[in-house]
Amino acid sequence: MVIDLNRCTGCSGCVTACYAENNVPVVGPEMVAMGREMSWLRVERYYEEHPAEPVQFLPMLCQHCDAAPCEPVCPVFAAYHTDEGLNGQVYNRCIGTRYCANNCPWKVRRFNWFEPDWPEPLNWQLNPDVTARSRGVMEKCTFCVQRIRGGERQAKIDQRPLRDGDIVPACAQACASRAIVFGDLMDPNSEVSRLIESNRRYQVLGELNTRPAVIYLKRVVRDGEA
Amino acid sequence: MSMATPLTYQQIDEEVIRTLAPVTGRYRIALGISAFLAAMMFLAWLLQVMYGMGLTGLNVPVSWGCYIVDFVFWVGIGHAGTLISAFLYLFRVPWRTAVYRVAETMTVFAVMTAGLFPLIHLGRAWVFYWTMPIPNRAHLYPNFKSPLVWDVLAISTYLTISSLFWYLGLLPDLAAVRDNSHGVKRRFYRYLALGWHNRWEQWRHYTRAYLGFACLAAPLVLSVHTVVSFDFSMSVVPGWHSTIFPPFFVIGAIHSGLAMVLLLVIPGHRLLKLQKLIGMRHFEGLAQLLLFTTTFMAYSYGMELFMAWYTGDIFERSQFLYRMTGHYAWAFWGMILFNGVVPFALASRRIRTSQRWLLVISLLILIGMWLERFVIVVPSLAHDFLPNAWGIYKPQPIELVITVGSFGFFFTLFLACIRLLPAMAMSEMKEEDVHHRLEAAR
Repeated sequence: MVIDLNRCTGCSGCVTACYAENNVPVVGPEMVAMGREMSWLRVERYYEEHPAEPVQFLPMLCQHCDAAPCEPVCPVFAAYHTDEGLNGQVYNRCIGTRYCANNCPWKVRRFNWFEPDWPEPLNWQLNPDVTARSRGVMEKCTFCVQRIRGGERQAKIDQRPLRDGDIVPACAQACASRAIVFGDLMDPNSEVSRLIESNRRYQVLGELNTRPAVIYLKRVVRDGEA
Repeated sequence: MSMATPLTYQQIDEEVIRTLAPVTGRYRIALGISAFLAAMMFLAWLLQVMYGMGLTGLNVPVSWGCYIVDFVFWVGIGHAGTLISAFLYLFRVPWRTAVYRVAETMTVFAVMTAGLFPLIHLGRAWVFYWTMPIPNRAHLYPNFKSPLVWDVLAISTYLTISSLFWYLGLLPDLAAVRDNSHGVKRRFYRYLALGWHNRWEQWRHYTRAYLGFACLAAPLVLSVHTVVSFDFSMSVVPGWHSTIFPPFFVIGAIHSGLAMVLLLVIPGHRLLKLQKLIGMRHFEGLAQLLLFTTTFMAYSYGMELFMAWYTGDIFERSQFLYRMTGHYAWAFWGMILFNGVVPFALASRRIRTSQRWLLVISLLILIGMWLERFVIVVPSLAHDFLPNAWGIYKPQPIELVITVGSFGFFFTLFLACIRLLPAMAMSEMKEEDVHHRLEAAR
């Protein structure tokens, strides 16, 4: 996934789309104040004394690291690595030790502290393609694995190879400025492969060498101008 | 406190078996309070299993809190018991005998108490057994790369070996109690004594087995808390990912455990009127060990701070600055004071030989060691890599109830055992007398 920070406006449309697509529970203001919000994707804000950029923001989600620190520490293999390079979370295997959350440097993993609650008519809005999690299990961004499987399934039905653009995660779909792009880095013709050629590219906490799959493109601002 | 003329075998038996006499009012109150606290703990845990971990103050990023602190604390306390019973046995330290039974009993119950906490802190405690390599239909093993699975193996090994070692050492004493009892009590101790009749072959097997267990248990003193420290040092979290953790944790464990032994033995020997058998010689031995562990603790605190600066890593430096000046600075400085500064008073002979001062210092050490575990777990999680992810953890009442309740659980078991089982190793004391018959205790 490539996220171009030049395009990101911090509108949080991606966050909302993720909530809707992935049955992410809403926990209420008290719990959010305690630090228990369930957002799989968050827009990080940093405030700085800078004439052109007093606020900087960055969408932060599971980096799906190739050498994910959350995977070796799970005692029951609930956090594991798929063949396609996704960092998977198996909800019904998770026993809730929360070690994976501790070991994630980006702190993108979320825990269900209470049983999630969807009072009528919110339960009608749930996405049937996505498991609704119970209390006591960890969850996090899956790169919309249901859409990945859906795209693969459709390509199989149509008897054609998977094309770039067949799979669009909810956040990429909702982004009004097309800041988020998802694709196959192994495909040299995909848009992500083209985008990572940029010299603005970097990985958040890349120096930890966990090989994140999310590449950010640095925001470039002309100095001194508002 | 000096011990007068050495006691005969019969006198040693009488002194110790006398402590199993009918209970006093004070004992009943103590047992009652402990049992009440333990019951509150189980009730709180039930509420938590019914409603969810949200009843605690945990959040993201601080998803480990009081329960993990309590777990490490209790496992640590257990280590001093094994040090005294196994390690000091192998090194033939003379003053070990009188306190070894209390210490080993403390270990067994401390490890049992500690073993509750990995269950208490689980989000789905009812499937805890998935961490164990039990055959199942899905052909799934637990993840042996995970330090938590190593914990399961280490703690269960520790509990098994400690319990068996403890029970083995008890056999000759249980037989002595059996021989001195009548009626129902005699039958009870007859079952427990497993047919011990002071026969030569039994003693031969006993001494071999005892040595075997001591050899098995002694490495556990070093390995078990090392494995617990791996929960932290094998992660990437700044403030956890540190190579000093294994020895730091092991020595810290012995530090807290020795303090707990002193806290149990000093009031205990007065209440049980065992002054003829336990004296300042034993307390001073423990205090000298405490002085040694204090120097190592002070070194560890200093070295961690030095390395955080020396490494130049911004995350590491930021973490340690946060520990010293951030939201939990009170815990950090309390830890430094109670563990690394105050116990140096034990260098003074006057303080080391004063029962009152030993009690005060032991209590402060226990508080300091709990604070140390807290400082290791909470600020590291609250203040790690990304500033946007930083958070605060405020423990909630349910965690307090369970933490205090764990002390109730421990003391319920311990007090019950003090009245049911001989509080001192009578057979070993007789052995010691033979070797040091004319030596007067100082």
